[in-house]
Amino acid sequence: MHAPDGFLNAGAAVATGAVSAGAVGACLRYTRSRLGDRQIPWAGMTAAFIFAAQMINFPVAAGTSGHLLGGALAAVLVGAPLGAVVMTTVVVIQSLVFADGGLTALGYNTLNLAVVPVFGGYAAFCLFRRMLPRTRPGAAAAAGLAGLVSVVLSAMAFSLEWLFGASAPVPFDRVFGAVVGVHVLIGAGEAAITALVTGAVLAARPDLVFGARYLDGRPEAGRARAGRARTAVIAGLLVSLFIAGAVSQFASDAPDGLERAAARLGVEGGEAPGWLPAADYAVRGINNPALSLAVAGMAGVLIAAAVTAGAVLAARGGPRPPPPGPGGRADP
Amino acid sequence: MHGHSPLHRLAPQCKAAAAAGFAAAVAVTPGEAAWAFGACALALAVAARWGRIRFRFILARLVAVLPFVLFAFLIPFVASGERVEILGAAMSRPGLWAAWGILAKAVLGASAGILLTAVTEVPEIIRGLRRLRVPAALVAIAGFMVRYLELIAEDLGRMRLAMSARGWRGWGVRSARPLAAAAGTMFVRSYERGERVHAAMLARGYTGEMPDPARRPAPLSHWLAAGALPLWAAAVAVAARMTL
Repeated sequence: MHAPDGFLNAGAAVATGAVSAGAVGACLRYTRSRLGDRQIPWAGMTAAFIFAAQMINFPVAAGTSGHLLGGALAAVLVGAPLGAVVMTTVVVIQSLVFADGGLTALGYNTLNLAVVPVFGGYAAFCLFRRMLPRTRPGAAAAAGLAGLVSVVLSAMAFSLEWLFGASAPVPFDRVFGAVVGVHVLIGAGEAAITALVTGAVLAARPDLVFGARYLDGRPEAGRARAGRARTAVIAGLLVSLFIAGAVSQFASDAPDGLERAAARLGVEGGEAPGWLPAADYAVRGINNPALSLAVAGMAGVLIAAAVTAGAVLAARGGPRPPPPGPGGRADP
Repeated sequence: MHGHSPLHRLAPQCKAAAAAGFAAAVAVTPGEAAWAFGACALALAVAARWGRIRFRFILARLVAVLPFVLFAFLIPFVASGERVEILGAAMSRPGLWAAWGILAKAVLGASAGILLTAVTEVPEIIRGLRRLRVPAALVAIAGFMVRYLELIAEDLGRMRLAMSARGWRGWGVRSARPLAAAAGTMFVRSYERGERVHAAMLARGYTGEMPDPARRPAPLSHWLAAGALPLWAAAVAVAARMTL
């Protein structure tokens, strides 16, 4: 998942770099205002934890093993803004010190591995924890499902970036199918690991799980509001998906004509519609332009909605440090 | 090992900026200009020689780009465009060029990064980032991370040892749960360690700002020496664009 140098074109690298820098800068300012002088040691230690956790190889099935990516886990354990800072630090150090991911690819790697999975995963966690029972296993399961969603969102974000900054003539629909398909499988592993690790922390120090603070005795009054919120979220998502799909259908009427012309001229596949600022690499040889654009539009709306929801939910909560632990500390 | 060559002694911010600039110049070089990548590789080899870094050292660390090498091998088969017959398989000609470009850029970019870490200590790199105007908070967090990474990884090793002592066998799907428990414990321990470290920092007078030892900016000669590499790569990139 750590893309090397030159994997997307310069425009995509600069644009994603600007988005990532803005998002991480906002997170840094937010956590600084909430955590004060605790921000730096806490975030550094959590980043070291995520890095070390990524090194553990979990047996998945049939002799294969996978490792944690950690975006959703970080969001659930320390909250989304601090989680994004932590994941960014991990991505930067991996690129700078371990040559894992290119230095000029930091923009899209940060977006795909830190910003999108953390905020998207946090939004998914908030959604699932309202649907699941308010118990520790319920919270762990919600974290696991958020892990799956975070990985799939991250794969979708990568495919969309490919649509705009492809460096090889592989059409968007093939990249989307392959990358998202593979990451559904990876996400299943991520879900299992995230749920198990969250469950383990909940068993030992439930006060340290930022996302599970709702477990300790919040009155049931929140229940009705949660139901309304769930309806609103699902309705909003459906409406935006419909709009994105429908708009892309209309917008891509033109390529059909172009495609016919292209076929007459002996050019294989469709050409990029003029309004789309996409690299023609990614749309050359696309099988079904209308469907692909609809998929791209829906994926874009989904990512934007999830990340925005995650940011709004995170801003409402606020990463207050958990209370200090029990006085006597056993260090075996 | 450190400080053994003039390259080791260059200011870290110059070397970090040079590595990033080199990677950027290589990334915008068109893939069809194969000679350009050779010229950039040559420059990198000269730099490695100057820093007395063995090529084997760089090659061994290039495994990090392996997953994307595999992806690059797939491109010629799934890409669109004119087909050519190679070893009985129909491949896309533009796909082959793109795969070559991705491969060459990934290897050259990663090699520049590996060379940077080979001739610069990690804390130095992080200090260099501060000089390159990366936000102070992010630099401080990164510094904490690399400082405590080894301790936390050793913690993990001790937990694995304890698990083995309790009869854990490291295979099979059922071993995922104890591993996750270890990871959860690792989080709790790193949090508690963070608390201890924070308390110690407060005791030493920490107010939220990490001290930034007043260092003089890097001398111009360092910038010139380190800048030769990205400048060469940029000149090659421009030449490659003009000749195509």
